[in-house]
Amino acid sequence: MEELNALFQGFAVVMTPMNFLLMVVGIVLGVLIGVLPGLGGANGVAILLPLTFSMNPTSAIIMLSCIYWGALFGGAITSVLFNIPGEPWSVATTFDGYPMAQQGRAGEALTGAFTSSFVGAFVAVVMITFMAPLVAKFALKFGPPEFFSVYLLTFCSFVGMGKGSPFKILASMTIGFALASVGMDTVTGQLRLTFGFHELMRGFDFLIAVIGLFGIGEILLSMEEGLAFSGKSAKIDPKVVWQTWKKLPAYWATSIRASLIGIWMGITPGGATPASFMSYGIAKKLSKTGSKFGTGELEGVVAPETAAHAAGTAALLPMLALGIPGSPTAAVLLGGLLIWGLQPGPLLFVEQKDFVWGLIASMYLGNLVGLMVVLTTVPLFASILRIPFSIIAPVIIVICAIGAYTVHNAMLDIWFMLLFGVIGYMFKKLDYPLAPLVLALVLGDKAEDSFRQAMLVSQGEMSIMFSNPLVGSITTLALVLLLWPLISKLIALVKPPKQDEFAAERPVD
Amino acid sequence: MESHEGERTGVATNIIDAIVAILVIIMGSTVIYGSRKLGSEWTSDGPGAGYFPFYIGLILVISGVGVLYQALAGKVKNTEVFVDRESLGRVLSVLVPAAVYVAAIQFIGIYVASAIYIALFMIILGKYSWLKSVIIALAVNTVFFMMFEVWFKVPLHKGTYDMLSFLGY
Repeated sequence: MEELNALFQGFAVVMTPMNFLLMVVGIVLGVLIGVLPGLGGANGVAILLPLTFSMNPTSAIIMLSCIYWGALFGGAITSVLFNIPGEPWSVATTFDGYPMAQQGRAGEALTGAFTSSFVGAFVAVVMITFMAPLVAKFALKFGPPEFFSVYLLTFCSFVGMGKGSPFKILASMTIGFALASVGMDTVTGQLRLTFGFHELMRGFDFLIAVIGLFGIGEILLSMEEGLAFSGKSAKIDPKVVWQTWKKLPAYWATSIRASLIGIWMGITPGGATPASFMSYGIAKKLSKTGSKFGTGELEGVVAPETAAHAAGTAALLPMLALGIPGSPTAAVLLGGLLIWGLQPGPLLFVEQKDFVWGLIASMYLGNLVGLMVVLTTVPLFASILRIPFSIIAPVIIVICAIGAYTVHNAMLDIWFMLLFGVIGYMFKKLDYPLAPLVLALVLGDKAEDSFRQAMLVSQGEMSIMFSNPLVGSITTLALVLLLWPLISKLIALVKPPKQDEFAAERPVD
Repeated sequence: MESHEGERTGVATNIIDAIVAILVIIMGSTVIYGSRKLGSEWTSDGPGAGYFPFYIGLILVISGVGVLYQALAGKVKNTEVFVDRESLGRVLSVLVPAAVYVAAIQFIGIYVASAIYIALFMIILGKYSWLKSVIIALAVNTVFFMMFEVWFKVPLHKGTYDMLSFLGY
């Protein structure tokens, strides 16, 4: 029960009035970010990161992770009320959430969505509490080849689990790696791929990429569609909440299944979106009222929301225990750790106990506070979406520009942000996934370091990747995932696959 | 989305896809070239600075070729119009002013440029009245100014011609 002791110490760290205030501020900002078009979890946290440079790391991560929870909650609001998924993983929530809102049951749908989000996150945090220290302890024994094989697994699983052309996933990923290698080489100190431009010495910061790709790119996409918000209004009063809560226990089996799917998929990168779709599909198949899914079934909101939130939370496990983030937002949080002078990875659990357990404790509290905040303030946030796009759009572009500038106080970064915005728009339209690019940009240097160290140990022999059972099995798994598009084609030749009925709706992310 | 099939004119999606793939290949070749120059070989003290980027460039070229093949010779070609004239106009109506705005930041600083940008965006694209637009633009930027310069003490770009220097920040 060492973990429980540590956890209670964590609660003691978190429970200061200042931290509690930051938590509420974070949640409110997060919901706001989740609701606004063009701002999402990843770029929202990226923009607000510079504001935390002067805070102490524990307070800073509490606020930033609460922004993340808030953004996860916020995605549900736009899905249910406006039929616009704020984040890719809330697409599945629109299937039943919006029909419910059309029938005047918006309050019920939102209460169901928020509560099941909370349940999913809670189950995932419990899992993190007990699993993360174990994984970290295990990973302490890792050497460079093991770490590189885990990086390999992370990136290969994008190819294996992703949707769309594997070449596009690969291209997006290697663009990230290529951009990451621009600038000063960490080992030899040489300038790499700058082609004589001194401004490029700093390299491309992934925060700039995140702000541009997700922020500006999203605005351009919304603009193309000529977005006009027309939403349903929602009133949540205690009576509706209470009545919905009375209905929810009936879906316990769905909730448990969805949480498990979410946790499993969340640990692998880019898992929240497939998790929500998978959970929705399975719930539809197994539910007694499955045939009515899509017409406004509460269970159809519970399933994807629980899974998405569980996955979003579980994505923090590899970030904390291994230093390898499972989602772009987790990547931004990891970037934050580096800026505050903390070295992410297994040693974090040994050297920065207060920080780690403070963060885990804040996950419990943050989600609880988040649930209460969103249940009480939905009408306020829904009204924000009614502000016309021609006011929102320039303000968001200004916020993005400020965010990009504050990262390094460099004017050139604002230009890069604009460039990344155009790239983001093109890639979104051409179905290139953006998450691999961001993750490769964040992890590029570290993956390269572990690769070079492994090669130094073996004097250039690739066989070191199979030198012991552990590293060998991780590498093999990675290669299987990398070749999965080919393997699944071969399997399809032998046995025709079942048709995935939501394949068309699932976004590439 | 479209009601009149005939009115949608523009370049097919798979052509754009191919162009982007060619750009990816060019980028990959540049990376390979750059890392060859840095030394992608094994040096006396281990792998050279270009060792890892070299392979990255190689994969980049391979995936670019793959996308190019799928776009032009694949079984399912996406010949839908990539973006029609009207949508393109809407996108450019945001992108071009944004570029002008970023250029303006360089000279007159973030606050002044932002205020002008928000106001003009609202007046021209949003068809709001002058008064309302200017009030909102000023209000938003006052909030930002207070937040960054005063409360969080994060100085933002003031530009070559700082018009707000009288404020003392």
